[in-house]
Amino acid sequence: MIKSLEELKRIRDEVKKATKVREGMKGTRIVVGMGTCGISAGAREVMSAVLDELRKRDIDDVVVTQTGCIGFCKYEPLMDVIKPGEEKVTYVNLTPEKARRVVVEHIVNGRVVKEYIVPNL
Amino acid sequence: MRELSMHLMDIIENSIKADADLVIITIEENKAENNLTITVKDDGKGMDKEFLQRVFDPFVTSRTTRRVGLGLPLLKAAAERCGGKVEITSAPNLGTQVKACFQHQHIDRAPMGNLAETLTAVIVGNPKVDFVYTHITPKGRYVLDTRIIKETLDGINISHPKVVEWIKKNIAEGLKKINGGVDE
Repeated sequence: MIKSLEELKRIRDEVKKATKVREGMKGTRIVVGMGTCGISAGAREVMSAVLDELRKRDIDDVVVTQTGCIGFCKYEPLMDVIKPGEEKVTYVNLTPEKARRVVVEHIVNGRVVKEYIVPNL
Repeated sequence: MRELSMHLMDIIENSIKADADLVIITIEENKAENNLTITVKDDGKGMDKEFLQRVFDPFVTSRTTRRVGLGLPLLKAAAERCGGKVEITSAPNLGTQVKACFQHQHIDRAPMGNLAETLTAVIVGNPKVDFVYTHITPKGRYVLDTRIIKETLDGINISHPKVVEWIKKNIAEGLKKINGGVDE
């Protein structure tokens, strides 16, 4: 690890220098269910897809975290999208592809992907 | 669970649920000695003797008070399927250590899976928790310590996409160098 810490320092300085183009995402959170149920259903791949899509689009102010089992095991993999001032949206039965679409449609374009949510959840 | 790395992720989740600040993950593999050992040690709230005795029973644990659910029974099954075992030591307020041993070359041993992706997800998903990941093979040793990463980052979030990419690459390249986590 030590050797490439120099590279990490470069990344740090680069990020510090970069002026923010976009402030609109601030406070947005994505929470991926990572209980036993979520993991076995493919939550890791979903989370990797989300991280990758955010990186590709250079979105650095969305926080992606994980949580344990929330009791909806049969809907796993699932994730919450929480935007400030808006109601939490829970997406269910996700795949990496669906998760990428949520990033594009909901996070970037601000439109909830209705096909992937369960009403009254 | 199809891969050992998913079990690993699941066991780490237990540590996080137990309010751990530091999770120490050690994977030691030696094909010649037919040994693969995964250890997860945390400084979480630990378990008392009574709870520890029931920890492998998936049906005794209750949802509201549980620190462990199906995860450990599944890990135990995965280990025993290939001539291995799982040992847990724990004490209230001191933390818990889960040690899973597998026969490396056993036909029924689940593949390791993508360790770089798994650990990156765990590290990024739990920014308040620190992780020390050590992987040991006969070829050498790889260590990733998030405390050093966070210190180096000097306030930049560990979940910044560029940092995430660095972590993933660092693990993948580090493991490649010591031929770790590879199943042929």
